[in-house]
Amino acid sequence: MRTTLEWQIATIQSIQVETSTVKTFTLAVPSWMPHRAGQHYDIRLTAPDGYQAQRSYSIASEPERQGVIDLTVEWLEDGEVSSYLHEGLTTGDQLEVRGPIGGYFVWEASMNGPLLLIAGGSGIVPLMSMIRHRAKTGSQVPTRLLYSVRTPEDVIYDEELRQRPAFRDGLEIFYTFTRSQPAGWTGYARRIDRQMLSEVVEPFGKEPLVYVCGPTLLVESVANQLVQIDIPPARIRNERFGPTGGTQ
Amino acid sequence: MTDILQSDMNQALMMDGNAVAGTLSEVFAMEMTTSLAECVSCGKRSEMGGLLAFIQTPGFVLRCPACKDIVLRVVVTPDAYYLDARGALYLRLVRQ
Repeated sequence: MRTTLEWQIATIQSIQVETSTVKTFTLAVPSWMPHRAGQHYDIRLTAPDGYQAQRSYSIASEPERQGVIDLTVEWLEDGEVSSYLHEGLTTGDQLEVRGPIGGYFVWEASMNGPLLLIAGGSGIVPLMSMIRHRAKTGSQVPTRLLYSVRTPEDVIYDEELRQRPAFRDGLEIFYTFTRSQPAGWTGYARRIDRQMLSEVVEPFGKEPLVYVCGPTLLVESVANQLVQIDIPPARIRNERFGPTGGTQ
Repeated sequence: MTDILQSDMNQALMMDGNAVAGTLSEVFAMEMTTSLAECVSCGKRSEMGGLLAFIQTPGFVLRCPACKDIVLRVVVTPDAYYLDARGALYLRLVRQ
């Protein structure tokens, strides 16, 4: 479908602090249209002198939630746009946005699975849209999320992710904490490697649908490891966020 | 095969076609991340969302994930889009 991608003015409905460096902005979008889980919106800032900066941010909310989008943004130290979003905005403020954008890194419940979602840091954002969409459709597609973060304080959507496996709808979540772990932690405590991937993907056989998202180096590393354990490249979709967790 | 020590090739900074999808949709007037591009250098066919994107250049460069050669270059100026598609044998855009 030919969609008109015009810039429009969205209004901040609410701002949710997820971690010390991550916030979710709920935006009311006048020309909202249902997105596909995994898509993103572009945000464009224009300075008084006309200088413009534009970045892409993945949609965290599910398309079933109408009229608004959640964009989860990680603050980057030298991030032109993320700094402004984190430090300069409050409810009622407006932003120029364009979207939804993307057709490659998307998952819809009709695509089935089994589904392996691999996130590093803020790479969880588009995968969260997939998880939320999956739940809203009542899908029971076997799904495993492998979420790599540095410390327990870096887990985005922590409370929601803790609750979801209890719904017993076929979603399992595996964390790996690469720098410091919760007290008494017996799970993974290292960077994602081939062994970890083999263990997590084991019940899914050789043909899961795999989505990998996060810092580029993590995505590159995981992509190579997935090939080494014989996951067909055609079943893997990657989205690289650049040097740290954010899109630049 | 390209010398991988190109000035725009800093692997940690690189992204992929998803990151430039908005600009591609301006140039091509359609969503491009699932359009196919065949690399002139090595013949690999990739969806454009899977091409490696380097945005530290003026505009951006999309490289083949297999051989790392340039597939597409785009520069956006106030008056015009410049598109260099010499690195692609063809682009396949699905009609909607």
